[in-house]
Amino acid sequence: MSTATAAPGAKATDPSQNGSFGLPREVRIGLAIAAILAGALLPLFIDGEGGFIDDATIALAYVVMALGLNIIVGFAGLLDLGYVAFFAIGAYTMGYFGSLFHITADGGEGVHILVSGPAAELPGIHMNFLLIVVLAIIATTIAGMVIGLPTLRLRGDYIAIVTLAFGEIVGRIAINGDEIKGFGTQLTAGRQGITPVDKIDLPFLEAFNSLQLRPWYWVAFALVLIALFVNFRLVDSRLGRAWIALREDEVAAVSMGVPLVKTKLLAYGTGAAFGGVSGAFLGSYLNTVNADQFQFSFSIFILAMIILGGLGSIWGVVIGAVALSFINNRLIPDVLNDVPAKIGLDFDLTELSFGIFGFLLVIMMVLRPEGLLPERRRQIELTAGVEDLAVDDDSYEAKVP
Amino acid sequence: MAAASIPAAKPPAARAVRSFLSQYGLIVVLLIMPLAFGIHDLRSEGDLSRLGNNLVDGLSNGAIWALVAIGYTLVYGIVELINFAHGEVFMLGSFVAAGLFGTVGLTATTGVPGLVVGLLLTLLVSMIALGVLNVMIERVAYRPLRDAPKLAPLITAVGFSFILQNVGLLWRGGSQQGIEDLINSQKELVNVLGVSVTNGDMLAVAVTIPLVLMMTTFIARSRLGKAMRATAQDPDAARLMGINVDTTISATFLIGGMLAGAAGLIYALYQTTIWYFQGFTAGLIAFTAAVMGGIGNIRGAVLGGLIIGFIQQISDNRIGSEWTPAIVFAYLVLIMVFKPSGLLGEQTREAG
Repeated sequence: MSTATAAPGAKATDPSQNGSFGLPREVRIGLAIAAILAGALLPLFIDGEGGFIDDATIALAYVVMALGLNIIVGFAGLLDLGYVAFFAIGAYTMGYFGSLFHITADGGEGVHILVSGPAAELPGIHMNFLLIVVLAIIATTIAGMVIGLPTLRLRGDYIAIVTLAFGEIVGRIAINGDEIKGFGTQLTAGRQGITPVDKIDLPFLEAFNSLQLRPWYWVAFALVLIALFVNFRLVDSRLGRAWIALREDEVAAVSMGVPLVKTKLLAYGTGAAFGGVSGAFLGSYLNTVNADQFQFSFSIFILAMIILGGLGSIWGVVIGAVALSFINNRLIPDVLNDVPAKIGLDFDLTELSFGIFGFLLVIMMVLRPEGLLPERRRQIELTAGVEDLAVDDDSYEAKVP
Repeated sequence: MAAASIPAAKPPAARAVRSFLSQYGLIVVLLIMPLAFGIHDLRSEGDLSRLGNNLVDGLSNGAIWALVAIGYTLVYGIVELINFAHGEVFMLGSFVAAGLFGTVGLTATTGVPGLVVGLLLTLLVSMIALGVLNVMIERVAYRPLRDAPKLAPLITAVGFSFILQNVGLLWRGGSQQGIEDLINSQKELVNVLGVSVTNGDMLAVAVTIPLVLMMTTFIARSRLGKAMRATAQDPDAARLMGINVDTTISATFLIGGMLAGAAGLIYALYQTTIWYFQGFTAGLIAFTAAVMGGIGNIRGAVLGGLIIGFIQQISDNRIGSEWTPAIVFAYLVLIMVFKPSGLLGEQTREAG
C-alpha cells in the first residue's frame, strides 16, 4: 500500500489540481469519517428548532437526490433534465399512503398499516414511513425505466429533451390531476396540494413532530449515508464500470459486450429510486405535496448541484448539493438581505435573489469549470496524459507494494 | 453473446407491422389531432372553419416559436450548447420593443405609413440590441468554458437565464403588463370561407418569412455562412483552414440574438401583454421545436415551431390550455420514438 510517498507518476500532475488533492488513501478515509461524524453530531450543537437545522435537513434531502441524478448523468452520461418527475412520484407516494387524501378509503374508516400515534385514528390510507419508502422506490424505479425506454435509440442531447418532456408531463399531470377522477377520488390534489401529510413514524421511536427537528435531520442524514454507501459500492461494481464505459464510448462499450438496454435502464431506475426516497421524505417533512413544487427549474437546480460539485465525483456531488442548497435557502434570503441595511442603504435585495443565484452559478462555473471536487478520471483526462492513468490509480498501487 | 446481439427472425406479421409503423407511424402521429378534430367538426358543425381558425392562429404563433427556435438550433449546431438563456433574450426583446414604442412615438392612432416606418425602426433597433447582448453573453459565460467539460456551459447558461429574468423583473415588475395594441392585433383582416385572418397573424407571417429566407440564404451563400457551417462540422479543421472560429461563433450568437429580438417584437405586438416570465416558457417551447425538427437544422426548427404552434392552438381551443404543455411534450416524445434524430435531422457530431 502506498503511504505519503505517492507513486512516481502521481507527481506529474499538480497535487492541488487533483481530485483527491493528492492526499493518500488513509488520509482521505480519515477525512470522510471525520465529515460523517461531524455531520451526525452537528444537531447537538445547534438549536434543534431553528432555521439552520431546517435548512440543513432540506440540504441533506437534496444531497440524496443529487446522488441519484449523479448515477444517471455522472456515471452513465445520460443527460436527464426531468429529474423532478421522480421527486414528484416519490412525494405523491407519500401523499397517497400517508395522508387524508383518500378520505373515503374503507368506507371512511381509513386503512392503517403499522402506524401508531395520531395518524392511526384518522380516515384515509396511513402506512408506516418505511413501507412508503419501499413503495416510492418501486414506483420511481418503474417510472425511471419507462422514461428511459424511448431514449434508448437517442443520443446526446436528444435524451435531454425527452427526459425534460417527461418531467414536464408529470408536472402538468400533478397540477391538473384534480380534473382526472376515478375510483371515487382524484389523481392529485392539484395546486391546493395534499396537506397535512403524516409525520415519519419509525419503529421503537415516538412519532416525529414539526417542532423538534433533530430527528428529521438524523433520518435525512441516514438516507444520505445509505445513498453514499450504494453509490460507492456501485461505482466500482461491474454495473458501475459498465455505466462509465457507456459514458466514455457507447459503441466501444457495446462491442465489448456491455448490454446496452439493461445497463441504461438500470441507470435510470437506480437514479430515480433516490429521487423517490428523497421525495417521500420531503413530502412528510414539508407537510405538503404541492403540485407547484414540481417545476422544470427544480430539475435544473439539482443538475446544477452535480455539475458544480464535479460530475461523477461522489464527494463532489455532496459538496455541490450542500453548497447550492445553502446558497439558495440561507445565504441569499437570510444573510445577504441584511447587508444593505447594515451598511446603511435603503435597498431591498429580495428582488434580486435569483439574479444573485444566477450570478453565483456563472462565477463558480467559470472559476472551476471542472467542478469543485472533480472525478479523478475526468481530472486526469483534462490535465495529464493517459499514461499517468494506470500509475495514479489506487487499485493499481494496491497491487504493487 | 452472438445470439443475444442478433435478434431472432420475427414472424412475418410482426415484421409487417413494424415496417408499417416505421414508415407511416410518424405521419399518423402528426395527423391524428387535426384529423380527429376535423372529422368532429364536419359531423357537428358541417364545415372546417373552426379547425381552419386553429391552424391560422397556430401558423402565426408557430412563426414566433420558429424565430426563437432558429436561434437555439444555430447555437446548438455550432457549439453544441443548449442555450437556456435564449428564451430570456427573447423576453428582453419584447421589453426593448415595448420600451421603444413610446420612444419612437407610436400610438394606437398612428397612421399606417408612420406605423410601418416606426415598427421597422423598432425592429431594427431591438434586433441589434439583443444580438449584441447575446454576443456579450457568449463572451462572458460560454467562451471561457469552451475547453471545459461539456455540461459546464449549460450551467452558466442557466445562471444567465436567471440573471436576465431578474433584469426583466426589475425592469417591469412581477406582473403581466399590457402594452398598447398598436396594430389592432385581433382585428379581422380578411375572412376566407369562415376562416378569419387577423392583423396579428399577418404581421407574424410577414415578418417571419423574409427573415427566415434571409437567414437561410445567408447561411447557404455567404462567406460567413460557409464559415459557420464549417465550424459546426469540425471546429479544429475549420481553424486549420484559416477560419476565425471565435468570430464565427460570435456571429452565430449575433444572428440568434437578432432573431430572438425580432420574435420578441412580434410577440409584444401580437399578444399585447408582456411579463418577465414569458421567456421561460418560450425558451422551453422553442427548444422543443428545435429538437423536434432536428437540432442544428434551420428548416427543421421552422417546421418544429409551426407544428408546435398548430398543436398548441388546437389543444388550447379543444382540450384546455392547462393541458397544452403536456400535449406538446407528449407529441415530442412520440416524434422522437419514430424519428430519433428529429423530423429533418442531420448527422451532427454528437447525434451521429
